[in-house]
Amino acid sequence: METVHMDPSSVIPMTGFDDPVQGSQRVFRQVLDAMSHPGKIVRIQDLDDAPQPLNKSTAAICLSLVDFETPLWADSEIASNGEAMNYLRFHCGCPVTQDPMEARTALISDAAALTGFSRFSPGTDERPEMSTTLIVQVNALTQDGGLTLSGPGIETTRTLGVDGVSSAFWDAVRANNALFPRGVDLILSVDEHIVCLPRTTQVEG
Amino acid sequence: MSSVKSPCSQQQQPGFFDQNKDRQAWMGLLARASKTTLEQVWQDLSERPEYGMLRAPETGMVMVRARAGGEGGRFNLGEMTVTRCVVRTADGRMGQSYVAGRDHRHAELVALFDALLQNPERRDQLNRDLLEPVRAAIEEKRTQNTRKAAATKVDFFTMVRGED
Amino acid sequence: MYVAVKGGEKAIENAHRLLAEERRGDRQVPELTIAQIKSQMTLAVDRVMTEGSLYDRDLAALAIKQARGDLMEAIFLLRAFRTTLPRFAMSEPIDTTNMKARRRISSTYKDLPGGQMLGPTFDYTHRLLDFSLMDDGNETQAEQDQNADPDADLPRVTTILNHEGLIEQERPDDEDAPVVDLTREPLDFPAGRDARLQNLARGDEGFLLSMGYSTQRGYGITHPFAGEIRMGEVEVEIVPEDLGFPVVIGEITVTECEMINQFKGSATQPPQFTRGYGLTFGHGERKAMAMALVDRAMRAKELGEEVVAPAQDEEFVLYHSDNVEASGFVQHLKLPHYVDFQGELEMVRNLRKEQIEQQQMLKAGE
Repeated sequence: METVHMDPSSVIPMTGFDDPVQGSQRVFRQVLDAMSHPGKIVRIQDLDDAPQPLNKSTAAICLSLVDFETPLWADSEIASNGEAMNYLRFHCGCPVTQDPMEARTALISDAAALTGFSRFSPGTDERPEMSTTLIVQVNALTQDGGLTLSGPGIETTRTLGVDGVSSAFWDAVRANNALFPRGVDLILSVDEHIVCLPRTTQVEG
Repeated sequence: MSSVKSPCSQQQQPGFFDQNKDRQAWMGLLARASKTTLEQVWQDLSERPEYGMLRAPETGMVMVRARAGGEGGRFNLGEMTVTRCVVRTADGRMGQSYVAGRDHRHAELVALFDALLQNPERRDQLNRDLLEPVRAAIEEKRTQNTRKAAATKVDFFTMVRGED
Repeated sequence: MYVAVKGGEKAIENAHRLLAEERRGDRQVPELTIAQIKSQMTLAVDRVMTEGSLYDRDLAALAIKQARGDLMEAIFLLRAFRTTLPRFAMSEPIDTTNMKARRRISSTYKDLPGGQMLGPTFDYTHRLLDFSLMDDGNETQAEQDQNADPDADLPRVTTILNHEGLIEQERPDDEDAPVVDLTREPLDFPAGRDARLQNLARGDEGFLLSMGYSTQRGYGITHPFAGEIRMGEVEVEIVPEDLGFPVVIGEITVTECEMINQFKGSATQPPQFTRGYGLTFGHGERKAMAMALVDRAMRAKELGEEVVAPAQDEEFVLYHSDNVEASGFVQHLKLPHYVDFQGELEMVRNLRKEQIEQQQMLKAGE
């Protein structure tokens, strides 16, 4: 019999949810809450640990929402990290694509370099749900920041502060609004917290 | 393909993308083994390893694909249930399984034996006590089916009537 | 307008209890076990798996028990259950050419390589009720041919015909091209063969039987022959993302039918035989044959034939083949339509009134 051939880059991945069913259901509810209340900082608290450079919230969302039918794209900071990618492949069983247009979920660790979304799929007028959801890891999120948000899910306006993205990012958000019903949806993530900016949310300031 | 003998067990951890023919073969055999056989061999092991769940048994589905005309374009026929499991043994080996059906214990046992079979020191014994009997049982079932079907084979004969 | 109707909770709860009692039946009779259904009602299990679109003998047997033997209700239960499960992988295409066949016949070639194996068929029974089954203890054993070779090849009849170039060829599609999955995306027209075959595989056997029958009786005739029917076991292999190599997860039983149909030829194609394909989970021969007839009928447009009959009209067939959808839409008529009906009642009263007034006016005019 042949000996098992080794892949030196592979290691046994970090464990995911203690209880995959309960864990992913809870995180799903939390993301739903954040997505239906754009701009609200929501805590995602179901993972004790996640492999660098993934935030715990980023990893938890992937474990809940990404599977083998939703191709994943990651920027080079994440894609070059063997442990993080093995973790995602193992727990999500997802195909990893090199083409951001094919991706249903995109992970961005280098948020400052993100100046536009045109590389990602905005879906089609017939099937706007086929667009890419971007999880962007930023430096900090504050509820009382200088941005003013409005749109569906916000009664009047809501304030928000985001540290770690360029000013071009906000131009891209406005351009994304204009594509409606097409457009990408954004999840901004820090360690254990997220804020959602669906394509319908207008951002001023 | 040259086979590399690994000097120490530390490096015996399986890679995710090992194209390993042997492993492929035993995983396929174990998936078709009866749970009773697997349980029996497990209980009879002289030393059962400590192990933990890396992914507890989980039931889901596989979409079964077929081809138009058996050899043409692909289409989706329908789904089937499948259970998967990943265990990690105390000596650091990772065992995985994908088994048709919804039996969690079956998937757990297959993952365990997958981990054990990756240990070259255990392989000969497990080949003898587990894989060979499983292979024989599958063959036996197949042979039985073939024999029963063959007994229903039509033996045409032509009747000649009248004068030629 | 929509009016919520409340007040039925107690009645519904008691109806559930009554249903459970009726399902159990006479308590003097032992309760039916899942194992009994699974091993003795095999063809019911097969049909529920095929149209429920989920291969799991235990779940299908449970559904049959719960549905009191109503197979369409059991199919609905299985379809509902499958929505609770995650999907792990798509299988590699199953290899029916290398099926371990337990039945294999052809009506086009008497002496085909590998022979005609009748297998467990009703075909030659006399359809006389067997009163010996009224009692337990039927222990008939199958005969065995000790000389049989389990590894013998069973070439496809269509391959034999192809030696003369007289039948159209099925060619594999581009492996990178997506395959339509009707459980994930809506039916779109014109539908590709992949969408049509998936729809038919899930479709109601009775509906497909009638549609297939209609083509034989002249509504879109296709001159079919049962080129080959085979039933047996195939392996299912997947390539999980977390493993990276193909692995067999188990075996399933399938029934396959290849219809061979006369084709007079068109501007671009010479006269030849064309093909229709049917495939089911388990032993589902009648369904596989009907499916193959309807598959071929729906290829009319592609083959340059005039679309004149219901079975050739893909919108008609594909929109009406699913018994879960059909039974849902028919049975929704049992839901309260009190307000709708009040509206209709009012309208009919007004129309009646207008008619009477008009008649009176006409009379007065005379």
